Amino acid sequence: MNRRIMYIATLVLIVLHQDVWFWTDARLLFGFMPIGLAYHALISILAGCLGAWACYACWPHEIEDDDTP
Amino acid sequence: MTPLIVITCYLLLLLGLGLYAGRMARGSSSDFFLAERSIGPFLLLMSLFGTTMTAFALVGSTGESFKRGIGVYGLMASISGIIHPLIFFIIGIRLWSFGKRNGYMTQIQFFRDRLESENIGIVLFPILVGLLIPYLLIGVMASGTIINVVTAGAFPEAFADFKGGVPPALGSAVICLVVMSYVFFGGLRGAAWANAFQTVVFMIVAAVASFTLASKLGGFESASRAVIESRPEMFTRVAIGKWEFLTYLFIPLSVGMFPHLFQHWLTARSARTFRLSVIAHPICIMLVWVPCVLIGAWATSAVVGGRPVIPPNFANANAVLPIMVKKLTTPLTTGLLSAGILAAIMSSLDSQFLCLSNIFTNDIVLHYGRKRTFSERQKILIGRGFVIVVVAITYLLSLAEPRSVFVLGIWCFSGFGALFPVIFAAVYWKRLTRAGAYAGILSTAATWLYMFRDSGFGENRHYLINWLGPDRGIMPAAVMFLVCVVATVVVSLCTRPPSDACLRKFFRT
Repeated sequence: MNRRIMYIATLVLIVLHQDVWFWTDARLLFGFMPIGLAYHALISILAGCLGAWACYACWPHEIEDDDTP
Repeated sequence: MTPLIVITCYLLLLLGLGLYAGRMARGSSSDFFLAERSIGPFLLLMSLFGTTMTAFALVGSTGESFKRGIGVYGLMASISGIIHPLIFFIIGIRLWSFGKRNGYMTQIQFFRDRLESENIGIVLFPILVGLLIPYLLIGVMASGTIINVVTAGAFPEAFADFKGGVPPALGSAVICLVVMSYVFFGGLRGAAWANAFQTVVFMIVAAVASFTLASKLGGFESASRAVIESRPEMFTRVAIGKWEFLTYLFIPLSVGMFPHLFQHWLTARSARTFRLSVIAHPICIMLVWVPCVLIGAWATSAVVGGRPVIPPNFANANAVLPIMVKKLTTPLTTGLLSAGILAAIMSSLDSQFLCLSNIFTNDIVLHYGRKRTFSERQKILIGRGFVIVVVAITYLLSLAEPRSVFVLGIWCFSGFGALFPVIFAAVYWKRLTRAGAYAGILSTAATWLYMFRDSGFGENRHYLINWLGPDRGIMPAAVMFLVCVVATVVVSLCTRPPSDACLRKFFRT
């Protein structure tokens, strides 16, 4: 189940990555950061969070068990 | 002269680190090629990140942003931050497990067992090596060019023909010698230590460069406001097609098939070692790419003393970062930045040199030679011999001045990315057959050759497939990927399934 959630979350992230809504938006965040760049930096952070969750919730323990001496 | 001194000190430090790591060698071929599968989480993260990030991460990202705006981060970096860790998680860990259980040292050894085909190496070897060599050449030539640019004027008489800088061929030779030395003596352990050090260096350099340049341009807000006033489109994605943006996601799939990454995966101490890479890889990408992309966009509008820092319509985008740093900072900072760029290049070169040596040694000499008669010491000697041969051949090819090889980078990535279905199926699909894998690999190679020829052998840098319409060009990698999937699946389903013994070896149930 958790694995399925991981794959779905990855697909959602890929869809969110196609941000047509910021395509022509040149607004600045915090006075210097283009919103399109800030959005994609956030995508990178979310990818890291998804990785952390995947390591916690859907770690392939069977591989670990196979290789424990 | 200061940049040259900084670069020299950096190279000496790196050499010392690699040689020190070599002193810990245990005298076995497994140690030379795989560091006895003892690499921990931090070294694995740095090795994987350093290997996947070439000079392009610093110089190319700035240059592309200068040409096409901040959209290049989404196009190349954030999608890699999603795809790379996913591949580490679903492919890397399993291949590590197969490798540890069955003693694999190369990708071809895995395919040979999984596909029950003694000769798969004959098909894969030329494709893997053929795609890897241009990738190597890019690094070797870029290092020579960078050393030449940052040392320009240091030797006005001795190197008058090269704007007074160290000739590119000499710079490339020094870089090749340094990398060859620490790989020769330290094997993969030396490369992993050197990678870790170099990756930290180029991450720090990216951050320092953005802060220093921003302060010279009046601060972050002032630098960005200048872009909004004169070139606001650089803070949008109007220069990138939506379909190109979507189909670019097939490029980062290449990490699943890179033979040098396969080798790094096998070095992990345990499956848990992968965790840090899965979590931190996208963050590391962000830390390096965001500052460089910002600098590239700022460069389009940066004015100091009433004059633009980079002239309008400046063609050599890859020189934007070195020029910005050279014009706006001190020679010491220029030297440090150059060391950072060289670090990014060398942290990929070392893995690639060692990987090719590994393939030649294990897949050619030991597999087709008298395997049982080689002692461990002899295997290391053969491996070291091939390190020298591979470095020498790469260097000589770089002297042939194939400058167009720079445009081959994306084609190398496309080829490896398009082969991803084969490795995915090998790991997860029991029904994959030997004939299916051959069909997938050969059809991908044929499609790659056709499209590469159609692009004028890479001359058309913006070559896209326009089947969906003139404004809907998609990346060639997407088409190659589709061809590979269809050929692999159809032929597998039409041929006899793998033996039970093979399935028991690679699948639990």
